[in-house]
Order: sequence, then C-alpha cells, then structure tokens
Amino acid sequence: MDLDFTQEQEMLRTSARDFLTTECPKTLVRELEESEKGYSPELWKKMAELGWMGLVIPEEYGGMGMQFFDLIVLLEEMGRNIVPGPFFSTVVLGALLILNAGSGEQKKELLPKIANGEAILALALTEPTATYEASGIKLKAVAKGDSFVLNGSKLFVENAHIADYIICVTRTKEGANPEDGITLFIVEGGTPGLKCEVVPTIGLDKQCEVIFDNVKVPKKNMLGKLDKGWPLVARTLEQATVAKCAEMIGGAQAALDMSVNYAKERVQYGRPIGAFQAIQFYLADMWMKVDMGKNIVYEAAWTVSEGLPATEKVAIAKGWANEAYKFVTERGVQIHGAIGTTRDHDMGLYFRRAWAGDVAFGNTEFQREMVARHLGL
Amino acid sequence: MDFRLTSEQETLKREFEEFFKQEMKKAPPGWGASLETMFSAEGFPFHRQMAKKLAKNGWLVRHWPKEYGGQDAPIIEQLIFSVVLGYHRGGGIDIFGVGMLGPTLLAAGSEEQKREHLPPIARAERFWCQGWSEPNAGSDLASLTTRAVRDGDDYIINGQKTWTSGAHLADWIFMLARTNPEEKRSRGLSFFLLDMKTPGIEVRPLYSMESTHLFNEVYFDDVRVPARNRVGEENQGWAITRATMNFERSNVGMMSGLKRDLEELVEFCKETRWNGQTLAQNPFVRHQLAQLAIEIEAGRAMSYHIAWMQEKGGLLMAVHAASAAKVYGSELAQRFAYAGYGIMGLYGQVKKASKWAPLLGRFESASQLCMGMNIAAGSSEVQRNLIAWVGLGLPRTI
Repeated sequence: MDLDFTQEQEMLRTSARDFLTTECPKTLVRELEESEKGYSPELWKKMAELGWMGLVIPEEYGGMGMQFFDLIVLLEEMGRNIVPGPFFSTVVLGALLILNAGSGEQKKELLPKIANGEAILALALTEPTATYEASGIKLKAVAKGDSFVLNGSKLFVENAHIADYIICVTRTKEGANPEDGITLFIVEGGTPGLKCEVVPTIGLDKQCEVIFDNVKVPKKNMLGKLDKGWPLVARTLEQATVAKCAEMIGGAQAALDMSVNYAKERVQYGRPIGAFQAIQFYLADMWMKVDMGKNIVYEAAWTVSEGLPATEKVAIAKGWANEAYKFVTERGVQIHGAIGTTRDHDMGLYFRRAWAGDVAFGNTEFQREMVARHLGL
Repeated sequence: MDFRLTSEQETLKREFEEFFKQEMKKAPPGWGASLETMFSAEGFPFHRQMAKKLAKNGWLVRHWPKEYGGQDAPIIEQLIFSVVLGYHRGGGIDIFGVGMLGPTLLAAGSEEQKREHLPPIARAERFWCQGWSEPNAGSDLASLTTRAVRDGDDYIINGQKTWTSGAHLADWIFMLARTNPEEKRSRGLSFFLLDMKTPGIEVRPLYSMESTHLFNEVYFDDVRVPARNRVGEENQGWAITRATMNFERSNVGMMSGLKRDLEELVEFCKETRWNGQTLAQNPFVRHQLAQLAIEIEAGRAMSYHIAWMQEKGGLLMAVHAASAAKVYGSELAQRFAYAGYGIMGLYGQVKKASKWAPLLGRFESASQLCMGMNIAAGSSEVQRNLIAWVGLGLPRTI
C-alpha cells in the first residue's frame, strides 16, 4: 500500500494551482459564464502549451503519456479554481474514448490535434430521455452507401456549440437488450443537418441541445464496432464519473477554505464568528465531508486507472462527492451570511457548480441504485 | 498511490481469517463484539479466552517492540488484523490495556514500568480499565478533583470515578488524579496505575437504559498506591494522555464490523417479504442500504488513510484526524442502528431473548447503545471542537 501522491503529481498540482490562480481569476470565470462561447481561446492555448490536453495522450501522438490517475490531480485543481471551457469534454469524454476505442488512423488524426489544443470535442450521449442508461439512446443511425445517416436529438451535450468533433452515441439496432445495438460515430462540427442550441443551466456551462437532421457520417468515422458501442460508453462513463468527482471535491475544498478564512475574519458580537460553536460545528462537518471524500475519490480513481473492476467504488465516490459538495457550499453560503447569496460573491460560483455536478453522470439516487445492485439487492 | 496489499500481506490476511472463522464458532449465543457483550457475564470468559489465544499466536500486540512481547510489525499489518477481527466480530482485544495503556507506557513509561506492566498485557493475563471521567468532570475532564496526596513512598487516593467501562471485571486501572490542588486544571494532574484489588477501591454498577452492565462508578477511599506506579513526572499526567494516540483510533475494526452487519441486513431484506414484496424490492429500503454502504466505505477509506499516516509518523497522529474518525464512526453506527430498526418495522423492537427477534435483536439494542458511543471517549461536540481548533485553526474560546 502507498497512499501518497508521487513527487511528479505533487508538482503537477502545485504548478496547476499557481497557473490557474494567475491565468483564470474569478473575473474571467464570470466573463466566460456570460459569454457565448464559454471559453477563452487564449487560456485554452496556454493550457495546451503546458501539455494539459495531452496529459494522458501517449507520446507517439504528441502527448505526455501520463496516466488517468495523474489527470485526476489536474482535474481536482481545475475544480478548485473553476475553469470554464471544454477541457472535460475534450479530454475526459473525447480523448479517453478515442484512446480506448479509436482505430490507428483515428488516433493518428485526432489525438495530436487534441494534445496541441487544435481540436475541441464533445460527447453527445444523453437525450431528452435524460438517462445514462442504454435504454435512453433513441437517436437513429442508418447505413446508406458509404455512410450512416443520423436522425434524432441529443440534450445536455456540453460544448457541442464549439466542438470541432462531436462523438455521437447512436442506436443502430433495436432489440430486447438495450445495451446491444449502440454505435458511436465521430461527427465533424458543422456537418450539414447538425443544429446546436445552448440550454441555459445552473452551472452556465454551455450544455446544448443538438439536433441531427439527416446528418451524413462516413463509415470510417465509426468509433469502435457496429452495435457494440455500449461497453465503450460504460467505460467512458466510469472514467468521467470519477473525473467529475475529482473536480467536485476540488471545488468543495475551495468552498471550505473560503468559509474557514471568512469565519476567522468576520467579526460579530466583538469576536470572529469562527469562535462560535455553531460555526465551528458547521466547519468541522464540512471538513470531514471534504477530507473523507478525497480518500474515496482517490481510491476509486486509482482503481479505474489500474483497469480494475471499479463500478461500485465509482458509484460510492460520486454518491459521496455529490452530497459533500452540496453540503459544503450550502453551509458555506450560510456562514457568509447575506453576502454569500449574491451574484458578486464567489461562493455562489461554487454553489451552482455543486448542483450542476450533482446531476452530471448520475445524481445520488442514481448512484445509490448502482450501489444497491452491487449489494445484491 | 497504490491500494494493493502485497502477496505476503494477503497470506497473512487469510491466516487471520481462518483463525477467526474457526474460533468465533465457539462464541456464546448473542455475542456481538460490542463492549457491552465483552463485559457481560456470558461474554467476558470468552473474551479472555480469545485474548489468550491471540497472545499465543503472537497477534495480540504484533506492533509492539519485541522486547515487550510484540513483533515490531508494521501498522499496515495491524490494519489488516483489525479489518479481519472487526469483520468476524472477534473478541480478545482489551482496548484499555492493549489499545491505550500499552502505547502510553511505550511512549512515557519508565523502563521498570514497561518491564512490569507490558508483558502481562502481551500475555493477556491482565485486563485494564480507565479511570478518567468523574461526576463533575466529563467533557471538561481537566477539572477532575479526585485527590492523590504524597505520603512517603506512596500516594493516598480519595475520590470518585464514573462511567468506568468494565471496572467490575478489570484487574488493574490506570487513572488521573489531582496532585496539585492549587492548579485547577490540567497542570496539577498525575497518571497512576493501580491494582483493582487494592483495599479502599469499591466498584458499583451503572446500568444502561437497555439494562446491560458496562459502566461503573469506582470509589477511592484512602487507597494507597506506591509512588513507583506514577507514570511520568508528578503533575505532568495530562501531557501523557495527550501525547499518545493509538492505532484503534482509526476505527478500522468498527468499519469492517459495520460492513458485516450490512451484509447480514441485506440478506435479511432479500429474504423477508412485507406487503407483497421483499424488503429488497422496496426502493426506500434499497436506497437506505446503499447510502449506508457509501458511508461505511467512506469510513473505511478514512481509517486506511489514518493507518497510513500512522505508518509514516509512528503512532503519533493529528488530533483532528482521530476526532473525525471517532465522531464519524459513532454517528454512522447510530444512523445504521436507526435505519435497521426502521427497516424491520414492528419486529425492530423485539429483544434478542425472543424467538421473534430478527438478527438477534441487534437493532433493538443498538438503537439504545449507540447513544453512549456519541458521548464516550470525548463527546461528538468535543470532537467537532477539536477539529475546528486543531484542524482548521479557529479561535479557541474555552
């Protein structure tokens, strides 16, 4: 057993923290939330120069060849600072999926572009059915000559509006088992028949409705095998869920730190409010949720990174991270008093992300159901 | 990071498992590995017998130095042992002697005291109790008033301790007494070791609301204790209690015990039909059980992390980490007890003596006993204060 981070990982953490503090201040976060694109091409370029987009991409494709677990360290810092933009959709949902399932040619074409910041990716998975189960995939892909024709709609597709490539999860066969008959395609942004509209959401994180109206995709753009796409989706969901946990636990730590500092500074009744037991009890509970969350998130992420069976651990980690982040930001607002409820205060930025993170890749009820199945219930 | 055990550790784990699987078949009916069971009339003989067997296998104090009966084993092996022990509801660990006094003497005892007191603990010959709380000194322990007055080569002790777990069965007691009455708080306290058979000690039972006898009042009436049984310097007793932390604070055994409890409750829910379906099919029950599984796993991960910190830093560790483990563990046990009681509906209330009691009436007793755990060994409020003061650096106002 070794429960420490490596020196390299610690260095990655420190450099990410320093970089983001300087390059992604909260003024920029707010500006990007309100902007149409939702990201800063300038910041994106700098992140690419640091090698972040290529962190887990093998060196032969222009990346740094690090492991999934290393990415977790970076995502925790990005959650801590809040970094609006397509990093998660491009790297976690896009690059990893291509790494897992892409043909040699697809890898050669796309991975270097992702690594150097040229390509933004999105994963079009969920639909108005709003479920992460295979039964929710209704968007049809039908073979026609050298292509497939896609018809249907996707919902909650983060960054589809700016994506150079959208990986679309489609149904190519109807059958008794909904997990059979799922096929993935890489659709180039701007393909005729593709329509995108940003849905305003609590996290202002540019989730889109994407309409596929007779969108023609060449057969060579199929990712993985015909009808056999669900295991790829399941693997991506596992990675994405634990990656989201890392982001959330980073955000929760920031909200906790902010609250502890405020409790030491804010004076009422002639003493810092942190001297009152009510506030101390809030903060003690917040610290426990965050600190314990880290342990299970790291263990789940390590399990995923090692390729070991991780479904239950990931569900447990997400179930915890959801509640921890919501709890910490809710108490964080309470400790800050009225100012915490305003748009101008940073606590709100974290509060809204806690609720956005909660529903992403399965809320707590969904995770509990996963855990229940693993318990044999 | 790497969460794997080595193959040697896996082998060791299997060895522990085999032992407990066999030995726990001999446990008396209703055995539950709680302190209440261990200190009951039926449970205590088994508890002592298990301790002897663990000692014989060299497992009782594996992490102690060889010269005092241990094997200098790494904490991680102790972790594995506690995981297995907890899961099998094993008995035999005197939490006061093995868990608390041993580490205290190793850190602060004189060579003579180590040689005199550690081997009997290691051989499971001497069981201990802890003389801390008094009627007017609970959470505010440092205000205690039991007096120890120097008289030649002895001290004479007068006063009263309370909530003394297992004092009616223990062989010896370690206790704090005031040696300097001018100092109102922690500065005037000393740490003593006493044979419970010393004249002038009287033990009276305190029964819990569900009628078990774990706690006692212990009265000291002109009790003479040789000065060589004072650990550390006179008036420095408080520092000794603060300086040592023990492995058990990681709560790892408790978490694997809860895991076992959950497995049994899951089985019960799969087998038990209510209102036309099994309890396991009821979405509310499923989610309650899943939430418990999440919380137990989080507690387990925390205990592993604490063990890891101890492995690196010796048995000394951050006070707030121990506080977190304590308050989280007791409150989780409480949530578990209430959930189990609720899931069983009307049957939840039945005591283990009845043929109608599901799972040996576990939740009927647990729903009462869990309350004490939120108070014993530092109340939940004290633990949260410690997290706030020590862990988060918030102002200390008391």
